[in-house]
Amino acid sequence: MQVHKYDVVIVGAGGAGMRAAIESGQRARTAVLTKLYPTRSHTGAAQGGMCAALANVEEDNWEWHTFDTIKGGDYLVDQDAAEVMAKEAIDAVLDLEKMGLPFNRTPEGRIDQRRFGGHTRDHGKAPVRRACYAADRTGHMILQTLYQNCVKHNVEFYNEYYVLDLLLVEEDAVREDGTPYKQKRVAGVVSYDLASGELHVFQAKSVVFASGGAGKVFKTTSNAHTLTGDGMGIAFRRGIPLEDMEFFQFHPTGLAGLGILLTEGARGEGAILRNSEGERFMERYAPTIKDLAPRDIVARAMANEVREGRGCGPDKDYVLLDLTHLEPEHIEAKLPDITEFARTYLGVEPFTDPVPVFPTAHYAMGGIPTNIATEVLQDNDTVVPGLFAAGEVACVSVHGSNRLGTNSLLDINVFGKRAGIAAAEYSKTADFVELPEDPEAQTRGMLDGLLGGTGTERVAQIRKELQDTMDANMQVFRTKESLEKVLSDIASFEERYKNVVVQDKGKRFNLDLLEAVELGFLLDMAKVMTVGALHREESRGGHYREDFPDRDDEKFMKHSMAYKDSSVTTESSAESVAGIRLETKPVVFTRYEPMERKY
Amino acid sequence: MTTEMAEPASKIELPAGVGGGGEIPTFHITLRVRRYNPEVSEEAAWEDHQLTMYGTDRVLDALHKVKWEIDGSLSFRRSCAHGICGSDAMRINGRNRLACKTLLKDLDTSKPITVEPIKGLPVEKDLIVDMEPFFQSFREVMPFLINKGHEPTKERLQSIEDRERFDDTTKCILCAACTSSCPVFWTDGQYFGPAAIVNAHRFIFDSRDDAGDMRLEILNDKEGVWRCRTTFNCSEACPRGIQVTQAIAEVKQAILGRKI
Repeated sequence: MQVHKYDVVIVGAGGAGMRAAIESGQRARTAVLTKLYPTRSHTGAAQGGMCAALANVEEDNWEWHTFDTIKGGDYLVDQDAAEVMAKEAIDAVLDLEKMGLPFNRTPEGRIDQRRFGGHTRDHGKAPVRRACYAADRTGHMILQTLYQNCVKHNVEFYNEYYVLDLLLVEEDAVREDGTPYKQKRVAGVVSYDLASGELHVFQAKSVVFASGGAGKVFKTTSNAHTLTGDGMGIAFRRGIPLEDMEFFQFHPTGLAGLGILLTEGARGEGAILRNSEGERFMERYAPTIKDLAPRDIVARAMANEVREGRGCGPDKDYVLLDLTHLEPEHIEAKLPDITEFARTYLGVEPFTDPVPVFPTAHYAMGGIPTNIATEVLQDNDTVVPGLFAAGEVACVSVHGSNRLGTNSLLDINVFGKRAGIAAAEYSKTADFVELPEDPEAQTRGMLDGLLGGTGTERVAQIRKELQDTMDANMQVFRTKESLEKVLSDIASFEERYKNVVVQDKGKRFNLDLLEAVELGFLLDMAKVMTVGALHREESRGGHYREDFPDRDDEKFMKHSMAYKDSSVTTESSAESVAGIRLETKPVVFTRYEPMERKY
Repeated sequence: MTTEMAEPASKIELPAGVGGGGEIPTFHITLRVRRYNPEVSEEAAWEDHQLTMYGTDRVLDALHKVKWEIDGSLSFRRSCAHGICGSDAMRINGRNRLACKTLLKDLDTSKPITVEPIKGLPVEKDLIVDMEPFFQSFREVMPFLINKGHEPTKERLQSIEDRERFDDTTKCILCAACTSSCPVFWTDGQYFGPAAIVNAHRFIFDSRDDAGDMRLEILNDKEGVWRCRTTFNCSEACPRGIQVTQAIAEVKQAILGRKI
């Protein structure tokens, strides 16, 4: 085991991690630990744009953006956080431009902007051009630009270092009202060097989690193979709660059967959705902004069309994204990548034929709870000194129960920057926390257990069955029965996981072992998501319960907080799920009263 | 400004069979993979697997089938699985391609499909190579915007034409398919290689950048652009369709033009 010492350690090198690293690296001794080479991160797959009320092409302001974000999230958004994001969006875009990001331009040479779902003029009156973009590879450009600037600033990367544990110590402390509690403090992280198979402990004053999402709990997903909820899982196992995990976004336009993302920017540029009867069915579900309604509404409408028999194709299991009325030159200029995806993977020519699409699991609204300063919370209001989180792994909460398109690229830039500055500043005032004895013991035990196992269960088989049940029962439509089915399935997967086989026994690039570890995180995350969904007996944003189809503000206008708690057993109460304790946290309101959400 | 489009019809007649679909045929392939694990043996060897695959499957799906169902020790990098992250460049039937972007049905399935690591970089295990020399070359061309003027309060202006000038080279995903297809790079480990030059091009031709001369100086070095023998392997290999050879030629011209 090797021990390294840094002021700041950043876990993950996607948009949030690298944006943090650029700030932190200029202020404090910083290391970035990443499972993948930085440019492989999934920020690069984002396509459509990054919203900011620059008002370069039409009237706009950050207050409208704040409102859209809150309404889009079905009022579960913390309004102070949404304000911060919408306000700082403008500088976030300008920062990227100054770093060199090649945005598309207006004839006047300014950053061009286009329409995106749920982003409107004057509180919902009409779609507004707010998304700054670079063709349909905005995420790619952001990832490359941030990496380029990390190179410029000599940011120190540990590539293919897979972080497997968070080192926290607990101290006795007393609250203002006199009640004693355990205060957590961060000491560092444990990581596994994929190339050598060696464990490396990183002692750090500040740790920033920026490790992305958990989309691989689903089968049909736009997410990369590597998005397995590691960061959320590590924090959860160490007693940090996870917030609002039942809210998972299904992006309406995944390539049918494959889940590969086709940007909402396509509809922003004029593409429309049609059912088997050729109807522009979104007219019925969102009469004002139609195909540019927020993603939860469009995804549900699509699934409903299919369920009611108006799906297309031999199995009537998808709808069509129609770009055929658009000028080919316009498509080629604004949407070159997605048209190539349709050609490459489905053999469909989008200039002449509509493209088969169906909702694809896309984004975790929930995650590690933080305040607007990106400090991680160990309960509703106690900060863990030195621990920060930003991006998809975190829940600030700016997305509430449904994220608006483009707000994730914004989130990583605004809160990534905040996290980098905050982590570096904290490290200047703090001392190192002493490492626990045998800091790598738990990680070593987990890896040895997997490597030494004598079982016969295949990782890929369990993972496939998990993804199948999540797609069938935890997707756009949910019921008590479907969610209980998922939980009973997961219970059996957990048993089988104990007998999992890792065939590769070597130390060098043991990706077989890595997949086994990832499956453990996937099982944990799927369970937390499903428990949250089961307890939330209402429908809000991305979470739709057929048995409770209405939003219930009286009972559920609050965040859910899931804690790992071994004292909870199925005997604790009828609704309990072993190992998880659910609590709630109030939503922060500033100026917007909840209204019925219509588009 | 974005063109204003007419509102599309609310209902149209769809021609029969629109939206593709239909039966997805299955077929049999032989996947012939180059295996190497120095923990086991210093020798690399070919290994064959007979697999039944589907019409929409890619080479990556075949590799996963082996790893997930037959031999978990088969090692390769991959992440996004749709040609964006650049993890899975490999040599497929002797050509550099992304495994996630190469459909099996587009290959000759009557013969074994060979898969081996990209060339010119040290092999670590099976299809995994050491990418460090590749990224080292990338870093050497100063791949970041350098602007010496005062920072404007708002964005720097750039015309649509000036933005278009370097559009092609912004597509690079650093997968190394081009660099590791270059015969000069194979024989001369010092050559910067096409990807680094592509990334230099992206800044040299960006109207906002002020360090073009410095980059041209770097690329005018004995290990720089002049090593390029214009074999076009790189352009053929690029999974993003970048005109790599043309970009190199433009950099060569810029160096010559500067000297005159």
